[in-house]
Amino acid sequence: MPSMTAPVLDLSGVTKRYPGAEGPLPVLSSVSLCLAAGETLALTGESGSGKSTLLHLAGGLDAPDEGRVTLMGHDLAALNDAGRAKVRGRHAGLIFQQFNLVPSLTVAANVAIQARLAGRHDPALDSRLIDRLGLSDLTARYPEQLSGGQQQRVAIARALAARPDVILADEPTGNLDEATGDAVLDLLLDLVTETGAGLLMVTHSERLAARLSRRLSLSRGRLEAS
Amino acid sequence: MRILALLLAFLAGPALSQGFAGLGTQAEGFAVPARDPVFDFPADHGAHPAYRIEWWYLTATLTGEDGQDYGVQWTLFRSALAPRTAPGWEAPQLWMGHAGLTTATQHFSAERLGRGGIGQAGVTAMPFEAWIDDWSMRSTARTGEDALSALSLTARGGEFSYALDLNATGPLVFHGDEGYSVKSAEGQASYYYSQPFYEVTGTLSLPGGEVAVTGNAWLDREWSSQPLSESQDGWDWFSLQFADGARMMGFGLRDRAGGVFTSATWIAPDGTETAYGDGALRLTPLALTEVAGRDVPTEWQVELPARGVDIVTRPLNPRSWMNTSFAYWEGPIRFEGSHAGRGYLEMTGYE
Amino acid sequence: MVGTAVSSLFSHWRRNPLQLAMLWLGLALATALWSGVQAINAEARTSYAEAAAALGQDSLSRLVAQDGGAVPIRDYLALRRAGYLVSPVITGEIRDEAGRLRIIGIDPLTAPQEAGAPGLGGNTDLAAFFTAPGLLLMTEATAEGALPAVLPRIVIAEGVPPAAALTDIGTASRLLGQEEPSYLIVAPAQPAGLPPLAEATSLLLVAPETSGDVARLTDSFHLNLTAFGLLSFGVGLFIVHAAIGLAFEQRRATFRTLRALGLPLRSLMIALALEMTLMALIAGGIGIVLGYLVAAALMPGVAATLRGLYGAEVAGGLSFDPQWALSAMGITLLGAGAAAAQAMIRTGRMPLLAPAQPRAWAQASDRAMRRQGLAALAFFGVAVVIGGLGGGLLAGFALLGALLLGAALALPVVLAFALGIFARGARGPFAEWLFADSRQQLPALSLALMALLLALAANVGVSTMVGSFRTTFTGWLDQRLAAELYVSTADEAEGLRLQRFLDDRADAVLPIISAETRLFDLPAEIFGIVDHATYREAWPLLTSAPGAWDAVFAGEAVLVNEQLARRQGLSAGDTVPLAPGLNLPVAGVYSDYGNPSGQAIVGMDLFRTTFPEARADDFAIRVAPEDAPALATALREEFGLPDTAVRNQAQIKRFSLEVFENTFRVTGALNVLTLGVAALALLTSLLTLSSLRLPQVAPVWALGVARGRLARAEVWRLLLLSALTFLLALPVGLVLAWVLLAVVNVEAFGWRLPMQVFPADWLRLLLLALLAAGLAAALPALRLSHMAPARLLQVFSQER
Repeated sequence: MPSMTAPVLDLSGVTKRYPGAEGPLPVLSSVSLCLAAGETLALTGESGSGKSTLLHLAGGLDAPDEGRVTLMGHDLAALNDAGRAKVRGRHAGLIFQQFNLVPSLTVAANVAIQARLAGRHDPALDSRLIDRLGLSDLTARYPEQLSGGQQQRVAIARALAARPDVILADEPTGNLDEATGDAVLDLLLDLVTETGAGLLMVTHSERLAARLSRRLSLSRGRLEAS
Repeated sequence: MRILALLLAFLAGPALSQGFAGLGTQAEGFAVPARDPVFDFPADHGAHPAYRIEWWYLTATLTGEDGQDYGVQWTLFRSALAPRTAPGWEAPQLWMGHAGLTTATQHFSAERLGRGGIGQAGVTAMPFEAWIDDWSMRSTARTGEDALSALSLTARGGEFSYALDLNATGPLVFHGDEGYSVKSAEGQASYYYSQPFYEVTGTLSLPGGEVAVTGNAWLDREWSSQPLSESQDGWDWFSLQFADGARMMGFGLRDRAGGVFTSATWIAPDGTETAYGDGALRLTPLALTEVAGRDVPTEWQVELPARGVDIVTRPLNPRSWMNTSFAYWEGPIRFEGSHAGRGYLEMTGYE
Repeated sequence: MVGTAVSSLFSHWRRNPLQLAMLWLGLALATALWSGVQAINAEARTSYAEAAAALGQDSLSRLVAQDGGAVPIRDYLALRRAGYLVSPVITGEIRDEAGRLRIIGIDPLTAPQEAGAPGLGGNTDLAAFFTAPGLLLMTEATAEGALPAVLPRIVIAEGVPPAAALTDIGTASRLLGQEEPSYLIVAPAQPAGLPPLAEATSLLLVAPETSGDVARLTDSFHLNLTAFGLLSFGVGLFIVHAAIGLAFEQRRATFRTLRALGLPLRSLMIALALEMTLMALIAGGIGIVLGYLVAAALMPGVAATLRGLYGAEVAGGLSFDPQWALSAMGITLLGAGAAAAQAMIRTGRMPLLAPAQPRAWAQASDRAMRRQGLAALAFFGVAVVIGGLGGGLLAGFALLGALLLGAALALPVVLAFALGIFARGARGPFAEWLFADSRQQLPALSLALMALLLALAANVGVSTMVGSFRTTFTGWLDQRLAAELYVSTADEAEGLRLQRFLDDRADAVLPIISAETRLFDLPAEIFGIVDHATYREAWPLLTSAPGAWDAVFAGEAVLVNEQLARRQGLSAGDTVPLAPGLNLPVAGVYSDYGNPSGQAIVGMDLFRTTFPEARADDFAIRVAPEDAPALATALREEFGLPDTAVRNQAQIKRFSLEVFENTFRVTGALNVLTLGVAALALLTSLLTLSSLRLPQVAPVWALGVARGRLARAEVWRLLLLSALTFLLALPVGLVLAWVLLAVVNVEAFGWRLPMQVFPADWLRLLLLALLAAGLAAALPALRLSHMAPARLLQVFSQER
């Protein structure tokens, strides 16, 4: 288990621009943030404030124009696609609003896929997670046969099965009704606490953000304390 | 062509003893030689299709104008697949010609095959001619004389040819019992007579040019349907000319078990013949020569005590190898010892 | 990691077996048609080589009679007795109701080693081989074929040419009723001291056939087949392209997810390449088996064609050649690679974070459409230039290729234009939406429609050519086979007796007499004819000088067939060297279908003096048609002739038409297969589209259009597109037919046929195309009409 003091994720002076009709539009401007192990951080902001972009940069899905992103001590900017993919697969668990399950794989295979890609598959952990997330009766099903809440629980299991050091969640309950969303979030927070991983969650819901240990707000590409 | 190899298994002759030992017993439908033959000439100089095999076999010991020794062989074999003749392409009678020319350093051989019905090869008794393609043995005898008493002989190979005129100075000679020649203890036999008294003049064409030659020649006529005993796998045949004009023919048929069945004919200068049965003639190989990948005895001690003959023969060319479909050794020899002279040696069945 | 990636990629095929079947089917069909054609060609070429090598024809000179007849035995014997090493061969064909067999009679006693006559088995009875009734040596395949009823004992032997028996010359002589050798083989080494062979005989010394006239004649036929194989392969690749495109499109989200979960792009690409290779290997394997079956099924037809058309003997069976299988596999891998390349490149370039909305994978902008139109124009330009330069089989095929490619590229442009016109005329919002939506779909459907276009155009072209040929050929047969009866006699004496017998029973007896010779250094036949109205009135002349027949019968001019005239560029007045010292002007050119060789006709008197050795064994008999059956019976009884020796006009026509039908059976079969493949390509594309188009269809459904109506509209739309495609395919097919008739056939067969059109065939083809399109559209439409509303609703509730 990583030390409580060492940051699992460190962004410093990160700037990202997207091409626009009248020159590059800054999406993020000099954003710095730090996430410690076991810490849960909510990132809020209006649509287009740059929340998802920040999460993508944190996971190495994209590269910043300026600044540094350090994931478990790896400077992502210094790595190529293959290097970033490896660090991501090994250290980060991603949870998306649209679940992004592999439609041709069963629940069990979906849960295992990231851990297997990272070469650290632990079947015992899989079954514990499946059990814990209440998916035991669904392991042979395919994603299209699941409800939204069930699909997101599979996505959470998939992220945790790879024993990540940080969970990056992008509106994980955004496609779920309130009751389901609350239940899913409860599970996610419990499991994060149990594993000691850090959690960076993007949400537009103040209510959900309040349940996390820390909270930052983005507005027009800049961080605001809240 | 494998057809040829198989075909030749049926062509039984003194030159080709190897590989058809079993034929001796199968004479179904074919006529078999009988004792006390009565020959009818000139008809018997021609072909006998009712018999399985037959040959006209001529060997000549020659001396060139250059003083060198030469040897010439001319043979026409007939082999019957069935005891009948047929006109046209059908071929119950197959013909094979062999021609050899030996010098001290070289030996040439050639072979021709043909079928009888269309006239490519054959033998006619009146007038006498034995031929295959452009090879020919044609009678030039005057009317009233034996057809074989004078012959004109030609043959052509890839690198050589020859044309010889032959004139006999003595009569035909009949081997064995009046021409009934026994070949084994079991009684296999053939009709066998010779004309051993030819004087020869003619021309040899060699790669180096033409050579005029003179000398002596010996013609064998033999036909049968069961040439060899099952256990015999080869033979050694000698024809010898002595200084006083006498001749001698002798052969040994080698048994697979190691025994030899011998036979000899002593021919006085006037043609009077004396036959000697098995055992009278002794043949002892003295020296081997490796020819075509096998060891062949090319020097012999030949003994016929009844005639005081004890001689050693040496070949003109120890590599007188007939490179024909069924190969054998055939070449001129000289001999010394109790007598001196020239002759011809044929050896078959050495593998 | 790659292993995990490959297994998760493969899970897609387990979940979508239909797609997998399409991919395999497309690849397997493409491989099968291409490799099948290759197998046929290879087998035929092997047969030619074997035939050419038979009796050392490819290495040994021959002696033949000046007049093309048999070599007199006395000439053979004279050569042997002069010392020359020549060996006789009697060869010919025996035929009865049960079958046919070429007999090659050799003389093993004199045949030179180089003739390489195959050996007899160890236990073959030599006495039986050399004496009556003899033995026949043939391959197992020949022995299993249709053989004449009464034959000597058969011995199986390797290395005998197909459809032929090797035997002793004596046996051949008896079977063929021919005493004299057909020709003599000359041993390469002759004995010392002989004058050159050419000085020793009046026989003609013919040099060894190095390339083989047959191979040269049949080259064009095989090029023809190859072109069809290539076309089929191309059409098959359309399916592969569609299936791969679909599979990649549907897995875009999965690719992105896998990359997000830590799979590097490079590993993903390796996994995809491995996947495609494995697919290609499996499908290629299936294709090779199918190809072998296709080839084996077509081989008898090909053999019949080659025999009927060129007189080339080809084994009816097919032997398996690993080299062929390997090259077929190579082609499959290349083809799959080409088909997958676009999808692979797009996947490689796909940004990890692009909005994951489904979109048509070949969405083309107006600019792309314009580019395609220009490319099509360029191809048409090339076709026109090639057509203008003209000449040559390769140019003909290049012209066809440019034409078909241009038409394929022009198709989307033309369809977009047509749909635009329809849209302007459309009434009601649904129809407007339908046409607009159709236009949007065009890029995605266009590949499949191009495949359909190619198949339809090929079909129109080939059926027009075959139809034109059939009509012309039938009419030509009617002219050419004017006599009521045709009689074959065994020898000259019987022929003479026949003529006497018929003197007062028939209106005319026309001897059919010919000599094989060489004209312009290629094998050719010269016929002699007697002056009779049958020729003057009925013989089909293409061009003729005034008084042509008078000049021919006077021995002052010659008629040549179209093949010879085209090959040598002869027209009336040009001089033809017929024999040493005999040069005659061309009086006319006659059509002569079903025969690739040169032919000439001279008057009988001239023929007799030029070829005194030639004999007339066959006769055409003119008699009142109603008397023909009685006369035929009388001839059979009087001369003891077998049924096969006396034939009436109808029998000969039937036989000739059979040869003709066989000639194009293979072409027809490939044609049908190609159309089937195109229909499959359509089906695959529609299946691809049906899942991708939900976002477009769902809103229309939500706005109140019933699923059933939407499904019917899908079917109608495809029927409309297919009909439009057919309309474009029609002119392309007609140009294709013209090229086939005016360029390719002239090169391949040596004759040119007037083009005729068969609109009834077009209608049938249109219905066939609509049926194919309807079937292809039915499955996706059925799916749509039964689709659970929830699936449609998902479009609104979730973006993928």
